Amino acid sequence: MQASRLPRYVDICVIPILNLLTALFVAGIIIAIIGENPFTALSVMLKGAFVYKGGLGYTLFYTTNFIFTGLAVAVAFHAMLFNIGGEGQAAMGGLGIGLVALSLGGILPVLVVIALAILGSALFGAIWGFIPGYLQAKRGSHIVITTIMFNFIASAIMVWLLAGMLMAPNQMSPETISFQNGVMLWQFHDILNRLGFDIGRSPLNLSFVLALICCFLVWLLIWRTHLGYRIRATGFSPKASTYAGYKPETIIIITMAISGALAGMMAVNEILGVQHRVILNFTSGYGFTGIAVALMGRNHPLGIIFASLLFGALFQGGAELDFEFQTITRDMVVMIQGLIILFSGALAYMFNPMLEKLFLNEERLKEPNND
Amino acid sequence: MKKKILEQKNGGQKSPFAVSLKSICKSFGPVRANDEICLNVSSGTIHGIIGENGAGKSTLMSILYGFYQPDSGDIQVDGKAAIFKQPSDAIRLGIGMVHQHFMLVPNFTALENIILGSEGKMGLKNGLQNAKLKLEELKSTYGLEVDLDNVTEDLPVGIQQRIEILKALYRGARVLILDEPTGVLTPQETDQLFEILLALKSEGVTILLITHKLHEIMAITDEVSVMRQGKMVANTLTKKTSPEWLAEQMVGRSVLVNTKYESGKVGSVALSADGIGVTDKRGFDSLKNATFDLRSGEILGIAGIAGNGQSELLSVLSGITPPSRGNFRINDKIFDSKNHCSPGLMRELGLSHVPEDRHAEGLVLPFQAFESVILGYEKNPSFGTGFFTKPEQIQAHCARLQDSFDVRPQNPTLISSQFSGGNQQKLVLSREISSAPKILLVGQPTRGVDIGAIEFIHKTLIKMRDSGCAILLVSVELEEILSLSDRILVMNSGEIMGIVSKANTTKAMLGKMMAGIPLEKAIEEKN
Amino acid sequence: MTDFWFQFLLALDSTLRVATPLIFCAMAGIFSERSGIIDISLEGKMLMAAFVAAATAYATGSPWIGAIAAIIVSILASLIHGFACIIHRGNQVISGLAINILASGLTVIIGIALFRQGGQTPTLPRTSRFNSLELPFVDFMEQNVPIFGIIYKELLSDHNILVWAALASVGVTFYILFKTTFGLRLRAVGEKPEAIDSAGISVTRMRFQAIIIAGILCGLAGVYLSTATGAGFVKEMTAGKGYIALAAMIFGKWKPVPALFACLLFGFLEAVAARVQGVEIMLIGEISSDLLIALPYLLTVILLAGFIGGVTPPRAIGQPYIKER
Repeated sequence: MQASRLPRYVDICVIPILNLLTALFVAGIIIAIIGENPFTALSVMLKGAFVYKGGLGYTLFYTTNFIFTGLAVAVAFHAMLFNIGGEGQAAMGGLGIGLVALSLGGILPVLVVIALAILGSALFGAIWGFIPGYLQAKRGSHIVITTIMFNFIASAIMVWLLAGMLMAPNQMSPETISFQNGVMLWQFHDILNRLGFDIGRSPLNLSFVLALICCFLVWLLIWRTHLGYRIRATGFSPKASTYAGYKPETIIIITMAISGALAGMMAVNEILGVQHRVILNFTSGYGFTGIAVALMGRNHPLGIIFASLLFGALFQGGAELDFEFQTITRDMVVMIQGLIILFSGALAYMFNPMLEKLFLNEERLKEPNND
Repeated sequence: MKKKILEQKNGGQKSPFAVSLKSICKSFGPVRANDEICLNVSSGTIHGIIGENGAGKSTLMSILYGFYQPDSGDIQVDGKAAIFKQPSDAIRLGIGMVHQHFMLVPNFTALENIILGSEGKMGLKNGLQNAKLKLEELKSTYGLEVDLDNVTEDLPVGIQQRIEILKALYRGARVLILDEPTGVLTPQETDQLFEILLALKSEGVTILLITHKLHEIMAITDEVSVMRQGKMVANTLTKKTSPEWLAEQMVGRSVLVNTKYESGKVGSVALSADGIGVTDKRGFDSLKNATFDLRSGEILGIAGIAGNGQSELLSVLSGITPPSRGNFRINDKIFDSKNHCSPGLMRELGLSHVPEDRHAEGLVLPFQAFESVILGYEKNPSFGTGFFTKPEQIQAHCARLQDSFDVRPQNPTLISSQFSGGNQQKLVLSREISSAPKILLVGQPTRGVDIGAIEFIHKTLIKMRDSGCAILLVSVELEEILSLSDRILVMNSGEIMGIVSKANTTKAMLGKMMAGIPLEKAIEEKN
Repeated sequence: MTDFWFQFLLALDSTLRVATPLIFCAMAGIFSERSGIIDISLEGKMLMAAFVAAATAYATGSPWIGAIAAIIVSILASLIHGFACIIHRGNQVISGLAINILASGLTVIIGIALFRQGGQTPTLPRTSRFNSLELPFVDFMEQNVPIFGIIYKELLSDHNILVWAALASVGVTFYILFKTTFGLRLRAVGEKPEAIDSAGISVTRMRFQAIIIAGILCGLAGVYLSTATGAGFVKEMTAGKGYIALAAMIFGKWKPVPALFACLLFGFLEAVAARVQGVEIMLIGEISSDLLIALPYLLTVILLAGFIGGVTPPRAIGQPYIKER
């Protein structure tokens, strides 16, 4: 943790924007090198993400995924834990939904099944975060390594189950049978259609609202509750936490479980909102994108909403690139994501010395005779 | 001075000064750590540099060792200008340094540590063998007994320090800088170190001894320089000076540290410890059979060299670690290895704890002041409702505390790390006292704190005592213990050497007990 | 010669092939992490190298030029990692992750721009690849030397030069780490960088040297994938091998020889997984190859949790070096 002497607004706004622009600038150079016009590409992406019919819906649909995984990473970050296990936790969350929906669908009322399925996703994700948390707290295993390993283990479990026990009969691809009719979250275009508006089809569903609620709850948890206070104290200084009597081990385990639960709920959007059955690899890297989102959003729910929107637009706009260009595909988005993680994560402080010179000199001019 | 004139006239002749620093300046951000420092160190002498914590001694020595580069100023070694871009430049000119925190790789052998960085050829084997021969010679010349094949982390600190000295000598050091070398040593180890230093001096090695302990300066140095707030304020021959004068130079006015406060009105037993012992993770008994009473209205001082069980005692009594053996009692409640005790529970019983390490424990440095000031007390109903906290109320609370304890700047939203040492300590103290404790555990209350804050903190503690609070004061500063305590408990190797009332003791006797001589024997020896 | 024995030999043979990139990467990881720099970007470096090796070999017709180009690019990736976490003291895990993600995007984009084959490189002809080397007297040995003869033919012969290079890299790593001055300093910088700094050696320089070596080794792993076992680059062709290598390195407790055995064990599990699908084994029942693939990860988790002896990572790992005031 580097203590910054910069004004708060520089820390919160100027630096993230500067980092983002650097990443986009480098991406632009690469696009130019492979012989395309970066500005055309940008405009195609923006149109695809916001202008075309249904584009905004898709953008917000992806945004929902990133809010969940971004919040998961951010909550863990507050306890100075690096949860790279979002992929695995989300996959397990999907399994949780599937098990609830397939076993209780038709037995309990639909709304109850939906509610239980959402809880199931949170619970399964929480378990997949709890175990690495427990191993870190009680056995000293490095959480980064354990969560990476748990991603692979989760992926193997999913393959094993979806190509085995849970595989739908008479089906070639590894996926479950569809959930009972009605076990799903409503999609916005349906709702608005019934109210007489036509916004174009998109998978955007009520999970978006759930994501926003989670943002508020995370904000409340971190900055307005005893537990949040303890999480932050433990993250900044485990010794101070011990001194105060908070038991860092317990805090680590609880935080990882919360983090896992949030990542697990990403599956609500994909599985309950769109697929209505459990499929393989539905997480498609969103768990990793959550790291970029949390870094850009400075681990604050508000920042995460904006960062998720940015990545949502990138993903949706990136899909548009496939149609418009021969040489640029959505892999471009993966690359941009890598650049953003590099510049707003690993190189987050690259501009600090420069900015400090700029801003602190200015301040010195303001108060003469400082010496 | 004659010598100086001579030096200027005969530039070709050997300078009488092993090292000269001229107008050295160094800033860290807004902090001026070294301000126009001049220093001449005569060859073949032991030169002491004394000053309070944060006076800039370590920074100056790091500059001399090439660890930092000065913003301006010149360095001369043996009369020749030298520019140190990195430590290797200083090493080449025969300057060696023994750091306060040892620069040893824990899982390397002593030999590997010594040759690290000057191994010779590419292959290790020859380097190690050649080094061994040379080291045997050095060991016998200076009486530096070290088994070279032992793994460093298993060795006692005194031996590790010898490895550091050997390391410097192995590189051909003719000037040896020792940064606070005795802080981690027992009195015996200190004596052994001083013997080694004298042996080195007799072989012509120049020694720079950095310390904040007056008696060490008086005991062993030939010349002494005093630093205060980044400036060099005095240079003199040791025999021409007195501890009192040096102390005055260190703090900039006559010293109040030795103020003797009146004894308090002692009341009933507030906390009683019965045979407390702690066995740490490695199976080492770091605290043994601690039995004593703490009464309300008294300050019980715990004296001892750092690392002799004081920290463990604080840790047990504050509820952080359960005792491995024995028990302690507050009111009617008994706590032992099985009976659940926790810092939270202790706070409920009216016990507050100012921890020894305010950076790591007492404050959460990246927290804003108002957040740090509720550490451990966040559930207090006046800071929120139910599960929730109310920042506005906490800020108001913090502002009141900052006002009554004169914390500067008076800003509840300032980040904790941006307060000075003294103000940080006041924040911690204000937090622990604001809960009106019946028992107060205090660890190293004035470590790295400026003199003004020291006075304030001492007076606050006395005020608390007079209002009937029972205070347990742990400090490695014997002066502080003597000044504040009503009774003094001395610890060595985790054991209590004895408990004496202030009136019936002397510094010499406490020193003996700190060195491991139990009270009865210390009295016998005295008679 | 029973059939089981023969099958076992074949499994060992493919173990060696599967383990080769793991060994290179594990040694790379040892160099980097022993110097105090966490390297989860083994995967990304290997992927970039695989692409560059195939593309260059295709363009020039020479696998050797391909290998050199790949190593240079892999070193460049290492330097980015170093720029971020040694010079700018960035988070090493985040930096490594960035390189991995960057690699998986960049290789495809450039691949499409160059070859328009959906991110693949064109198939390399035999002459542009590192081919298997048949050892001398194979048939003679098989016919005349009992037991060893068959081992010689089935296990040792018919590997390309990189397989041997990978095995050699273990010895070289061991020698450099424990028998040279450079190795002593490298280990010191990962345990206690202050000691190195105060001895007058640049911590920055030591760490850069370490990660450059790591870059070279990852580069070789990539070269092996696309121009030795494979005949060209395929999107995401590293498929998590970098992470398995990371696991193997940890499983080998950051030591070259134990890490080699971990790589062989993990390689063996993968080789076996390909053969046992559907095979019934007494008491256990049908083995699922899906779960067998997860076994390396599970073993690493169990080891890290201290259930099989203790593991101590290099002490200064993950912490950027800042001179203390």
